[in-house]
Amino acid sequence: MREFIFYSLIICAGTGGELCVSRAMKAVGEVKDFRPASLIKVAARALRVPWMWAGLSLMGAAFFALLAVLSIENVSLVVPVTALSYAAGALGGKFFLGEQVTRRRWTGVLLVCVGVALVIMGRR
Amino acid sequence: MNSSAGLHLKTYLLILLMVIFGPLGNVLLGKGMKSIGAVNLSTFAGAFDVLSRVLASGTIWLGIGSLISFFVAYMLVLSWADYSYVQPASSVAYAVVALLAHYMLREVVSPLRWLGVLIICLGVVVVGHTPPRTTEPS
Repeated sequence: MREFIFYSLIICAGTGGELCVSRAMKAVGEVKDFRPASLIKVAARALRVPWMWAGLSLMGAAFFALLAVLSIENVSLVVPVTALSYAAGALGGKFFLGEQVTRRRWTGVLLVCVGVALVIMGRR
Repeated sequence: MNSSAGLHLKTYLLILLMVIFGPLGNVLLGKGMKSIGAVNLSTFAGAFDVLSRVLASGTIWLGIGSLISFFVAYMLVLSWADYSYVQPASSVAYAVVALLAHYMLREVVSPLRWLGVLIICLGVVVVGHTPPRTTEPS
């Protein structure tokens, strides 16, 4: 039960956080200059987007839930289970970011999910 | 460098950094947390005790550093590529996690679990054959 809460937090807060951060980075625009000085400017611009703060908070919560689970379970189980966020991610990309998720991409995401299921069943 | 080839090259390069630093960070965190033991969050004192031991662990700080490197690469790639492209494409990381857990942490990875990892990678290949950007740059 405790694990279930931690996993839910990792998946929901993690995916929600990534979606918020992704939205913030889209607002910042394509990064074309990779020199350190301009990367710092990009970071400063990113931190002025409220979505970035929402995203970072959610990802922070997911991070501490991950630490808690890792104290109980093996990495080779925990990390694949967190991949359950893939379906949520594709849905979020479609409805929250307005990305067009093609049928081919859905197929890939589905395969990934099947693989994750096998990883869970492969628990000795 | 706004050609499709250039866009693909820098996308692949940053995804490569992500699949190295992300799994390495997770494995280091796992190693650190295993040495701390099961966390007790039921009391304030217990939670504080765990937090102080987490912050004192060099392995966990290395893991955090690795995850920050992952995060920076992730942020940069998300500034031009679709989230629904990057997220599945970076799932090669799951194979890397299994390998690192096996060789660095001596975790036993069952054949069924390896099969699962293989299918995850297959999904990645399918996703990789779709264009990295479907929304118009603003």
